[in-house]
Amino acid sequence: MIEIKDLHKSYKMGTNSLHVLKGINFKVEDGELVAIMGSSGSGKSTLLNILGMLDGADSGEYTLDGVPIKNLSETKAAQYRNKFLGFIFQSFNLINYKSAAENVALPLYYQKVPRKERQEKAMQYLERVGLKPWADHLPSELSGGQKQRVAIARAMAAEPKVLLADEPTGALDSKTSYEVMDLIQKINDEGNTILVVTHEEDIAHMCKRIVHLKDGVIVEDKKVEQVRAEQYV
Amino acid sequence: MFDLERWQEIFDTIRKNKLRTFLTGLSVASGIFILVILLGFGQGMRNGIENEFKQDASTSVWVWPGVTSKEYKGLNPGRRIQLVNENYAKANTMFDDDIEYGSARVFVRGVSVNYGKEALIYGVQGVASDFQFIENAQISEGRFINYQDEISNGKVAIIGDKIKKDVFGEVETPIGEFIDISGIPFKVVGVYKEMEDREEERIYIPITTAQRTFNGGNRVNNMTFTLPPVENFDKAVAQAVDFKNGLRQYLQQTHTIAPDDTGAIEVWSAMEEAKRYYGLTNNIKLFFWFVGVCTIIAGVVGVSNIMMIVVKERTREIGIRKALGAKPWSIIGMILHEAIFVTAISGFGGLIFSMALLEIVGPNIEVDYIMNPSVNFNVAFSTVIVLIVAGTLAGFVPAYKAAKVKVIESLRDE
Repeated sequence: MIEIKDLHKSYKMGTNSLHVLKGINFKVEDGELVAIMGSSGSGKSTLLNILGMLDGADSGEYTLDGVPIKNLSETKAAQYRNKFLGFIFQSFNLINYKSAAENVALPLYYQKVPRKERQEKAMQYLERVGLKPWADHLPSELSGGQKQRVAIARAMAAEPKVLLADEPTGALDSKTSYEVMDLIQKINDEGNTILVVTHEEDIAHMCKRIVHLKDGVIVEDKKVEQVRAEQYV
Repeated sequence: MFDLERWQEIFDTIRKNKLRTFLTGLSVASGIFILVILLGFGQGMRNGIENEFKQDASTSVWVWPGVTSKEYKGLNPGRRIQLVNENYAKANTMFDDDIEYGSARVFVRGVSVNYGKEALIYGVQGVASDFQFIENAQISEGRFINYQDEISNGKVAIIGDKIKKDVFGEVETPIGEFIDISGIPFKVVGVYKEMEDREEERIYIPITTAQRTFNGGNRVNNMTFTLPPVENFDKAVAQAVDFKNGLRQYLQQTHTIAPDDTGAIEVWSAMEEAKRYYGLTNNIKLFFWFVGVCTIIAGVVGVSNIMMIVVKERTREIGIRKALGAKPWSIIGMILHEAIFVTAISGFGGLIFSMALLEIVGPNIEVDYIMNPSVNFNVAFSTVIVLIVAGTLAGFVPAYKAAKVKVIESLRDE
């Protein structure tokens, strides 16, 4: 599904150049649930941004579902993002004046899905995350866990190839975190490929594979026994 | 533009951001409103000044003799010029085609005026029947001097409304009462009204009576004429100037006055005076335009500011939309679409409201120098367009920048 070869990325900080990613080689198969771990400054967010086509790499190859991602125009990147990727953010990033259902329907708007169908699909995905009764509520009327579940429903509504989650539990207490992870595990069970960036050990162990980043290189890449979040809920 | 989905998205946004939309709309609408009202009152002042000029017939020309100041053809300066009946008659025949109404005037001096035992101190003037039209005097009771009075030396008098109030307060009407002028009884046959009290303090008697009864001979104190109306103002001014110069030339020749001795025969034309006022109102109009343009600029700045703040406020939303797959141009388009829509609706709202106000209230305004304020629809309409275009341009720059911002940056936690 995802293939990365010798990926380099550096940022210019005034006169100094900060080499963040120093040759990453990395492959994700269909249906995997991968945790990307590392301390702050290890380059994990940069990697996720490049994977999410929100930032470009300096050199190296990146192939997503057989499509080479290179030198994309803004418009093309937007198209690919819409078609291939679903984002889940630490701070949820819901549009605050839109109801839960409208937030979920938004990626479909950019896929030019007709309004009626958008609404139906949005309700369908809200039901899957267990928030159908909250469909007409604004984000400000929802709890943190509920917001993240709306965000997950939104990420899935476009039926992307890969879900990218950047610290999805970073703003949540541990009980809510496990609820969200439970949901992510269930989505993964249905065959969706998911990448989770986290610095929490317990969250990482709820995935099927852990990739450790340190100083811009992968220091460890191991399959783990998945801990089901269900038992903590 | 005709993308129904886009419209729905915009209406959603507007419905859910009522305050923001309202404030944007209010600033645009009030800008337009103030501008239209200002322009309207500029026009109103112009109308009002034109109206003030209707006091005396606006085409009137007045001739006053004076004293020569230059030596000419062997005659010394300092001669007092005396107009006579023949001058008036000759002027009438010479400029017959150009004159609408005319009247010579005689000031009867050194006479005592009495009503019963009361001595009156009002001026007595001998005038012709047409003088009524020259002064624009309104006859409130009775009649003015007529031709019959002139040929029969009628002992009749027309008094001003103020005299009626001051002197004839005790009788029901002054008509039919007699006043004595140097012991000769004159019958009051009419009362006239003027715009100003001062002009109502005169007693008019037929000019022939004034000359024959009070030893006036054929002497005339001044002459007044009105010119026939023409369709436009510039022509009227040209006509007045021509007439004035012709008349002066004739009078200077018959009285042997140097052509450049303007003090000896003064000819004054209301039309030229009016032209100066027209110039003044043009300046006023210019001033209101200036104020109006400043208002538009303030409006443009205001709208631009609001657009920038709106876009700034929506940076995060733009980032989210981009992450969800919105193309840059679709974001710019959406923001501008909304901006144009709100500006246009509120702009035309302000336009309609202000024009309706001018239409309804305008005709009822009765203040000196302001009459029926109104505004040219095309001007107001273009102003709205200018504001919309300016608002759009002002919104475009930040929207373009916002669409180009890296998603990661716009989504960064503050």
